[in-house]
Amino acid sequence: MPRRIFITGYGIISCIGNNIDENLSSLLRSKPGLGKIRHIDTLLRDELLVGEVSKTQDDLFAMAGIAPVEGYSRNALLGIIAAREASLQGRLNENPELKTGLISATTVGGMDRCELFYNDFLTNDTRNAHIDSYDCADSTERIASLLGIHDFITTISTACSSAANSIMLGARMIRTGRLDRVLAGGCESLTKFHLNGFNALKILDKDPCKPFDQQRAGINLGEGAAYLVLESEESLEKSGNEPLCELVGWGNACEAFHQTASSPDGTGAYLAMKKALDLSGLQAGDIDYVNAHGTGTDNNDLSEGRAIEKLFGERIPKISSTKPFTGHTTSAAGSTEAILSIFCLQHQVIWPNLNFREQISELSFSPVEKLLTNVPVNAVMSNSFGFGGNDTSLIFKKAGEKSKIVNRKS
Amino acid sequence: MEELIEKLKKEVIEQLNLEDITPDDINPDSPLFGEGLGLDSIDALELIVLLEKNYGIKIEDPKDGKKIFHSIRTMAEYIMEHKK
Amino acid sequence: MAFINGIGLISPQNTIGSREFLSEVVEYTADYLKCIEPVYRTYIDPIQSRRMSRLIKMGISAAKISMAEAGLTMPDAIITGTGLGSVEDTEKILGEITKEERFLNPTPFIQSTYNTISSQVAIQLKCHNYNSTYVHRTFSFESGLIDGLMQIEEQTASHVLIGAIDEMTMNHLQITRRIGQWKMHPVSNMTLLENKTPGALAGEGAAFFVLGVEKTGTTYADLKDVKTCINFNGSFKPEMVLPSFLGNHGITMHDIDLVLLGTNGDHDFDPVYDDFARQFFPGKALGWYKHLCGEYHTATGFGLYIAAGVLKNQTYPGILHLNHVTPPRLKNILIYNHFRNVNHAFMLVQGV
Repeated sequence: MPRRIFITGYGIISCIGNNIDENLSSLLRSKPGLGKIRHIDTLLRDELLVGEVSKTQDDLFAMAGIAPVEGYSRNALLGIIAAREASLQGRLNENPELKTGLISATTVGGMDRCELFYNDFLTNDTRNAHIDSYDCADSTERIASLLGIHDFITTISTACSSAANSIMLGARMIRTGRLDRVLAGGCESLTKFHLNGFNALKILDKDPCKPFDQQRAGINLGEGAAYLVLESEESLEKSGNEPLCELVGWGNACEAFHQTASSPDGTGAYLAMKKALDLSGLQAGDIDYVNAHGTGTDNNDLSEGRAIEKLFGERIPKISSTKPFTGHTTSAAGSTEAILSIFCLQHQVIWPNLNFREQISELSFSPVEKLLTNVPVNAVMSNSFGFGGNDTSLIFKKAGEKSKIVNRKS
Repeated sequence: MEELIEKLKKEVIEQLNLEDITPDDINPDSPLFGEGLGLDSIDALELIVLLEKNYGIKIEDPKDGKKIFHSIRTMAEYIMEHKK
Repeated sequence: MAFINGIGLISPQNTIGSREFLSEVVEYTADYLKCIEPVYRTYIDPIQSRRMSRLIKMGISAAKISMAEAGLTMPDAIITGTGLGSVEDTEKILGEITKEERFLNPTPFIQSTYNTISSQVAIQLKCHNYNSTYVHRTFSFESGLIDGLMQIEEQTASHVLIGAIDEMTMNHLQITRRIGQWKMHPVSNMTLLENKTPGALAGEGAAFFVLGVEKTGTTYADLKDVKTCINFNGSFKPEMVLPSFLGNHGITMHDIDLVLLGTNGDHDFDPVYDDFARQFFPGKALGWYKHLCGEYHTATGFGLYIAAGVLKNQTYPGILHLNHVTPPRLKNILIYNHFRNVNHAFMLVQGV
């Protein structure tokens, strides 16, 4: 019987809330967080709708409990805030004998400062404190250092599936006995760099995105950070933590089709979902809800839609994309949406796919339009598909009765 | 028009880094995408940048690119029509 | 554990094509050691390579070379480690958006994403299997190896393709010189240790390895294990991990024949290697390799190539010698690397 993986802590900051409770509240009130860019000086400021965290750099320092000092990127601060929330709930500062890892994910790294100070880097020494904060490892090491995690640390970057891959790696390291518990997730701040990059690809929507809609016109980029605490059964016995849910399946596959597009039939998406399902031991019919990647691009939604049809056949579960709420948080999307999916298990709700009007003509299903409450949700699937065709799917199951899992500490 | 076509050939070769191709290799009426030069969707986006940067013509919807970038000649004709 | 059955390496040395191991060592006096690049059309269709930046061409070529050697057409997993990704493309975009924020070309943006190498290798091979990219400084390659070894242990893969790739540019060198990472002027790689100044000699490289469950006719060595250790304010001491790291494979420090150190000419940080060797491996043969490839986040890729070559050829060329001890045999090699005394990593490699 393979080692079971439980989620015992979570932390998040996004445009719809600065912590778990605020994010949940926004979702329950169907309040999305998209708006115009406020914290970046860019020509795209008035053109695009984004999911920007409503805090300045100074606000974020205060929330992270750090006195403002050179060298911290916005990305690192977002990561620290969310990671700390998860770590506190998961009580990672207790039981130091438990082998604990941090697996984070990012693609922008410290680019939010680097792009501001690049000309200084080239010409003078005034911004040297930011030079080695530029890379992807910086935010990870700052988080690990502040939270006292040191048994295993790494950073993944696979574009929009990054944070889901962090969670998957964490689960595998626990299952193979290398670690007892893992803080896994990702962080990504908005940057002029990737706002312009995505804009050059012409896949951004100036209006609120419309995933799975026939008239969909692209992505709204977002920013944020989100982390989960994963624990083995044996770790639970020592920590005495309450499982929020169980992680039962994971799968990763590659489209291998094109650098920025998925194949029309969604081969990679299908393979990733199938691997996760097979590993979970569940049947397709056991999945109550799919939190889709659903970016709102022509290509993704059709491709993902076809893959879903192929996997689920006639009995397609309830499906929605929550990106109209949070924006597409790219390297943090996998863990952000994992948390939103876990909310569904905990509260027996299904999130609406906002802005939907018209079914995609080539697909046989429509997403959920209205918030559903008091619905049976026992197993959810969360999809994250990235540039370069990196596709990952995670399956979470409702936590069983306390006494069925472990013997509790009294 | 012929002058513009020759200029465009050189610009396309440079923008798309078609190292092994000379302007003489490109037939102005041959399809650029699919067969012919075998260009793809990213090349189409690069050509959109070329049109904006060198000719001040902005294409908002990449789907329009299919018609405009069919061949060097259709590109030239579009530029003549829309150049500011 | 897994067998190293194929290696593809593009480096500042003559490491492409079948050549005698370290037969022609290249000397440099340079700001940084730059790769000797192949004719790319040998490995990549020119219609595809026209859009690829240097880093991607190096990666795909090295990947293909390693697969050809191993006789593998389809890996079960493709994993890349890179500390900085495509510096050239990132600089292009930064240059554009800090100068004038308009007319950004999509191509460099796509290529600046760190997982572009893993994904383009997959596209070349039409490989739908597991794919990942690690981007954690000098843990990048090691993380990839740990992932690959786990896949084999989990029996989700029989053959894994793992890459270690980073590039240097003059721009990036000048920026990072400001924080003391590199020598401030061109130096000779052959007299690097006589320099006794702070900063390392920078380099670059692309190394791909095919790891397999079975020993074959092309096997170099057995990669037994890999471990990464972070040192926050003295939290890490080698004695905390080394005995069990070796002991898990029935090996003690006494059984190690050669220690390959990541000594890189940085007078501020090379003493960490000296102290390590003195404390744990007194009297043992000590070797080094960064005078051949330079320092970069995934330089242990070159180091693993060296260890594999030493074990396969059963030869320990003089160019690698750091001290004057001759190993009595060549069976167990420990590779030890650290980055500014924060990121420490070990690899245990055994002859077959």
